[in-house]
Amino acid sequence: MTIHAMNSNLSVPEQPAQRILECEKVNVFYGDYRAVTDVNMAFGQNEITALIGPSGCGKSTLLRSLNRMNDLIDGARTEGLVTLHGENLYDKEVDPIAVRRRIGMVFQKPNPFPKSIYDNIAYGPRVLGMKPSSMDDLVEETLTRAALWDEVKDKLKQSAFGLSGGQQQRLCIARTIAVQPEIILMDEPCSALDPIATSRIEDLMRELREDYTIVIVTHNMQQAARVADRTAFFTALQDETTGNRTGVLVEYDKTTKIFEDPSDQRTEDYISGRFG
Amino acid sequence: MAFSNMSLGGQIQKASLKGRVRGSESSAKSITFLILLWLGLLIAFSVLLVLIVTTLLDGYTRLDARIFTNYPSANPEKAGLRPAILGSLWVIGTVAVLTIPLGVAAALHLEEFANKHNRFNRFIELNVQNLAAVPSIVYGLLALGTLTLIGVKEKNIVLGGAVALSMLVLPVIVISTREALRAVPMEIRQGSLALGATPLQTAFRQTLPSAVPGIATGSILALSRALGEAAPLLVLGALVFVRFDPNGLLSGYTTMPIQIFNWTSRPQPEFHVLAAAASIVLLAILIAMNAVAIIIRNRYQRRW
Ligand SMILES: Nc1ncnc2c1ncn2[C@@H]1O[C@H](COP(=O)(O)OP(=O)(O)O)[C@@H](O)[C@H]1O
Ligand SMILES: [Mg+2]
Repeated sequence: MTIHAMNSNLSVPEQPAQRILECEKVNVFYGDYRAVTDVNMAFGQNEITALIGPSGCGKSTLLRSLNRMNDLIDGARTEGLVTLHGENLYDKEVDPIAVRRRIGMVFQKPNPFPKSIYDNIAYGPRVLGMKPSSMDDLVEETLTRAALWDEVKDKLKQSAFGLSGGQQQRLCIARTIAVQPEIILMDEPCSALDPIATSRIEDLMRELREDYTIVIVTHNMQQAARVADRTAFFTALQDETTGNRTGVLVEYDKTTKIFEDPSDQRTEDYISGRFG
Repeated sequence: MAFSNMSLGGQIQKASLKGRVRGSESSAKSITFLILLWLGLLIAFSVLLVLIVTTLLDGYTRLDARIFTNYPSANPEKAGLRPAILGSLWVIGTVAVLTIPLGVAAALHLEEFANKHNRFNRFIELNVQNLAAVPSIVYGLLALGTLTLIGVKEKNIVLGGAVALSMLVLPVIVISTREALRAVPMEIRQGSLALGATPLQTAFRQTLPSAVPGIATGSILALSRALGEAAPLLVLGALVFVRFDPNGLLSGYTTMPIQIFNWTSRPQPEFHVLAAAASIVLLAILIAMNAVAIIIRNRYQRRW
């Protein structure tokens, strides 16, 4: 296997000061197909990290490997180390359910539960056996934190399907923070939303950064430039022996560096739109 | 010269939207096929209509309170359907209690937990499909054989009939429940699992509740099929002349289809009228059950 994933580093990329989650030689397979090859990167605590790159380069695959959602896919397998505070998520003794309680996920298409707005928030705390002194207060606090309370306070008992797409997505974010994870993974959370709803979610992300670490996959480079502290650029390379394309990390640095002075030519081509 | 050619080309392109496209819905082939389809529907529908109308015409004169309150009698003027209606309710109620929990549990396991690549599971899946296609009388024979083996002397009891019909209904409930579960989007399960819910919590608190309307619809339709069955019960020796109300699982019983079967085989024409009236009652119950199923389906139809 010969893959040219070497960074043509001119400068050493600046690493996050406080690392919460780290990937070490992470490879993700679907059956025999290697979708992601040898990813090494560290996510900074209370930072927003954006994963960008052309479609099919393994961004979603890598993201799912960070909270073991890939375990749910038949034939998917992760190799290498993913460590949360130094503890390997893929250790034999680690229960993927415990991992997902610490690392939540928001999906591309808003997926509220077919329940009331209230129950969408209360579901997580209930199944996790959290015993808040008052569930009503917890729901209110959570919705307030997600900047959704004023819009929904009069219809808590109504179905979540009655909300707009943007509101549904914010409800999904609220539902995730209701169980107080440390990290929130977001897979193109705004791709189904209009610009106004998108900008509200971006505002929310900036606020949530105070308490949470956020990793966001986005196909929207402006979005990465607007919200992310750090940006990782991925691309798909041809594996010369098998001919399959596999995702590699090309460059990972502060967002300003990536967008203003990328070290790798491929990053620059992608950022400036010279790449499909 | 070249200039005018070009403008002509433009004209042709604009005009070409009109007119018939070959193979479209208005082509001769499609229309013939459509007519054949309508004809098929018409034939099926008219047979059904004729059947219902003749039954109504035959039976309506005898459709009065006696049907519901009286017991069978040698005198057609006094005969009624009361024990058969109660018997049907007892049997179908027992079938529902036996099959719905079991069928839903089996479907939940197959759909949500079983490894779909495992050979044994695939074998079971395939055979559930096959079981749904087995003629009902075979289940009657199976129940008869089983009850004989375990030494039950009186086989014409509510529980015996319910067991035979349960075997008939169970695969249908498993299949319709699986379909209802499959219709629940993966995103719901993923959302739940991503919060740290266990697969069991996800199945019981999200997937299953979301599938309840579909399960209810499928179960009602399966039960309504069992309600109309006579063959397996006749094999088990269900009584045809019951002058008491069934009062428990071990009680003797008759059901509506059996009573109708009995009356149609009598020589006196008065009994044939009675049979038609009883058929109307059975039909009304079946239509009511189907209507409930449709209402549930429409009421809770989810727009995911
Ligand atoms: N469930 C799956 N099974 C098999 N292959 C998959 C699956 N999901 C993604 N892939 C493949 O893995 C590669 C990376 O996909 P993905 O992570 O979705 O890329 P991205 O999110 O960057 O667009 C693609 O080639 C895709 O076809
Ligand atoms: Mg993706």
